[in-house]
Amino acid sequence: MHLSNGMGSMSTASSSGAWKSGDVVTDQFPAGLRVLVVDDDPTCLMILERMLRTCLYEVTKCNRAEIALSLLRENKNGFDIVISDVHMPDMDGFKLLEQVGLEMDLPVIMMSADDGQSVVMKGVTHGACDYLIKPVRIEALKNIWQHVVRKKKNEWKDVEQSGSVEEGDRQQKPSEDADYSSSANEGTWKNSKRRKDEEEETDERDDSSTLKKPRVVWSVELHQQFVGAVNQLGIDKAVPKKILELMNVPGLTRENVASHLQKYRLYLRRLSGVSQHQNNLGNSFMSPQEASFGAMSSLSGLDLQTLAVTGQLPAQSLATLQAAGLGRSTIKSGVPMPLVDQRNLFGFENPKLRFAEGQHHLSSSKPMNLLRGIPTTMEAKQLANLHQSAQSLGAVNMQVNAHGVQNSSLLMPVAQSQPRGQILNETSGNHVPRLSSSMGHPIMSNGMSSGVSGRNGIVDSGRGGGYNPMQQNSSMLNYPLNNSSQLPCNSFTLGSTPVMSSLTSKGAFPEDVNSDVKISSGFMPSYDMFNELQQHKSNDWDLQNVGLTFDPSQHTNSMHNSLDPSVIVHQGFSSSQRGGQSGSVGKALFSMGEGSHLGNVQNTSQRLNGLVVDNTVRIKAESAADAASQTSFFHEQYGQDDLMSALLKQQQDGLGPAENEFDFDGYSLDNIPV
Amino acid sequence: MEVGQMQRQWVDYTKSLFLEGFLDGQFLQLQQLQDESNPDFVVEVVSLFFEDSEKLLNDLTRALEQPTVDFKRVDAHVHQFKGSSSSIGAQRVKNACIAFRNFCEEKNTEGCVRCVQQVKHEYYLVKSKLETLFALEQQIMAAGGSIPMLELNF
Repeated sequence: MHLSNGMGSMSTASSSGAWKSGDVVTDQFPAGLRVLVVDDDPTCLMILERMLRTCLYEVTKCNRAEIALSLLRENKNGFDIVISDVHMPDMDGFKLLEQVGLEMDLPVIMMSADDGQSVVMKGVTHGACDYLIKPVRIEALKNIWQHVVRKKKNEWKDVEQSGSVEEGDRQQKPSEDADYSSSANEGTWKNSKRRKDEEEETDERDDSSTLKKPRVVWSVELHQQFVGAVNQLGIDKAVPKKILELMNVPGLTRENVASHLQKYRLYLRRLSGVSQHQNNLGNSFMSPQEASFGAMSSLSGLDLQTLAVTGQLPAQSLATLQAAGLGRSTIKSGVPMPLVDQRNLFGFENPKLRFAEGQHHLSSSKPMNLLRGIPTTMEAKQLANLHQSAQSLGAVNMQVNAHGVQNSSLLMPVAQSQPRGQILNETSGNHVPRLSSSMGHPIMSNGMSSGVSGRNGIVDSGRGGGYNPMQQNSSMLNYPLNNSSQLPCNSFTLGSTPVMSSLTSKGAFPEDVNSDVKISSGFMPSYDMFNELQQHKSNDWDLQNVGLTFDPSQHTNSMHNSLDPSVIVHQGFSSSQRGGQSGSVGKALFSMGEGSHLGNVQNTSQRLNGLVVDNTVRIKAESAADAASQTSFFHEQYGQDDLMSALLKQQQDGLGPAENEFDFDGYSLDNIPV
Repeated sequence: MEVGQMQRQWVDYTKSLFLEGFLDGQFLQLQQLQDESNPDFVVEVVSLFFEDSEKLLNDLTRALEQPTVDFKRVDAHVHQFKGSSSSIGAQRVKNACIAFRNFCEEKNTEGCVRCVQQVKHEYYLVKSKLETLFALEQQIMAAGGSIPMLELNF
């Protein structure tokens, strides 16, 4: 683990404890972790402060979000992690979350007495790395340091990728990813990825001279330079490398820019997504599409995933989308119609849709082959949708759209095929970072909307599992488009148990979902969410079935754990769980984490993905659409290039007409709070 | 009353609060946070809770007295109250809040009015119980004794 590197870079300020400076793994760590806690409730604030102090953290409390933001801005590197309440009078907790993510790139934990799935899902989509249900127990706080470490690790991986690290390290990554992706894709993906990595490496070897990546603080000025560069290049062409060149800031690496770009895209998406969302939601464009979906459904599932992956679709949304998509497909005739739903999902504005970003990159790097063979109608629609979302984003969006579309198509084929479930899980070789940075895991894999954020950051692994961290795993893209009409429902591989639990508790879960579904803890959340979100009718819930298909037994380990019925119980015993699990089931999907979970989930969920994709796709589709335009579907860390190649590959493999499926118009993600 | 007796009384009283559902496991968490360096933590937090709750309940009552009830606002208050009461372990108050939120969702004014009464009732009940408990603690400390460690398994 390169924790030490990461950690070292992390602490620039002097105030914190020993762990900042160099080796993360010092005797004192995690003591001295600098936490900023924001809550308007004085009672809770006092209790939290006391609890955090007991954990030997350095605590700063404040009761207003504005104050918190200014504190963060004044001390750029003064904090390691932020804990914020969701409901605050002066500013919505999610907005704060976004701002922090964009400006400071710190892990943010959300908390609330509200354990409703939609809220939790919102946390996931907005990039929270964890979600705690009040009353918060000290056990839950004891483990928050993991989010800091994880984020650092991911950043460090970025550095590695850029070539600063020896070959060996780099190889590691692909292999990690490979673990997750299905074997079929593995080969191709890995190759393409390797190739890309190598290319990048040579180019950037000069740039990334150090392994240690100091945390880059995106000051207003720097950000403006960045935005200027992006606008100059045009969203379509705004690749990190070029942006970096234009910005011409010494010491800034491509990775820094890439991750910031992702966030920026998400942010834009989110802005545009809201309006678009409203428009799209409720659309039933899916219906017309549906007919054609039959075959495409699989594609859509894939799309979602791609989107999810690239666009950083929040795992949850992805999952949901996928679920939806999957659900639908099942209804149809066993053929996952994730496409339809997925599309919707993607259309859904999902700020975190890394996928969009990924797509973007993909397009830039590769010709839009993705669209090959994809019915133009779909594209048009998608593009339209994407455009909508893109509008606000501007140029970038446009580009993204194109990509998005492409991706969707890619997704579709992928979705079907195989047990991509893995992708979701695997990508997260690292661990599924909860929403935080990696949001990008779009549901890439067939519906694996679960946040399985594949490697890098599958951000929301917890999320719906639908996320196939496309980004990172190109393998994901490789879904064998072949056909499997069923989109693996893996999307929910979310391994995140928490997700499950949230879902279950939600009750929103369609009754259809049988208990099995519950087991796919990963799924659950997305399903539920999806339910709410979707306007689909019961179809979505077919996901449940899908979820079911997700054979828990397949999962290997973590999944099982997640499946554990107890997990489902969410909140109820979340407190107890919390104590123990970092992911805490209670907590929201986030805990996907655990890459392993995802991995397992993925496999099984592959099937589910298809179904799930449906729903999740829905959400994700919307977001994807949005993201497409902008975004960052790909998890910043990776992959866009890889993803692209993977996608392309898939296309080549004969993605089918997935494109059509991906109709962004139909997102009916009204419910999804943007 | 001698110290030992007071201490036993304290233990019994505390246990009864748990058994009757006034307090739940979260309260134990608070107690665990109290130590030599923070000897009055529980009293401080609970006092803060009382202060905050008075304001909240007033706001709630006034919001429900408006000609047109803003249910979103009411719900926000109830949500807040739910959060703070659950943080200190006031279980019955929390449960009353949960029920209250359902009525808010349904925009049922009458139901909400009834709920606010219920919430207030539970709040004042637990408030007086805790005040009694703290008074007992003070007596023990004044007599030179120490507060016993509670061992409740939840």
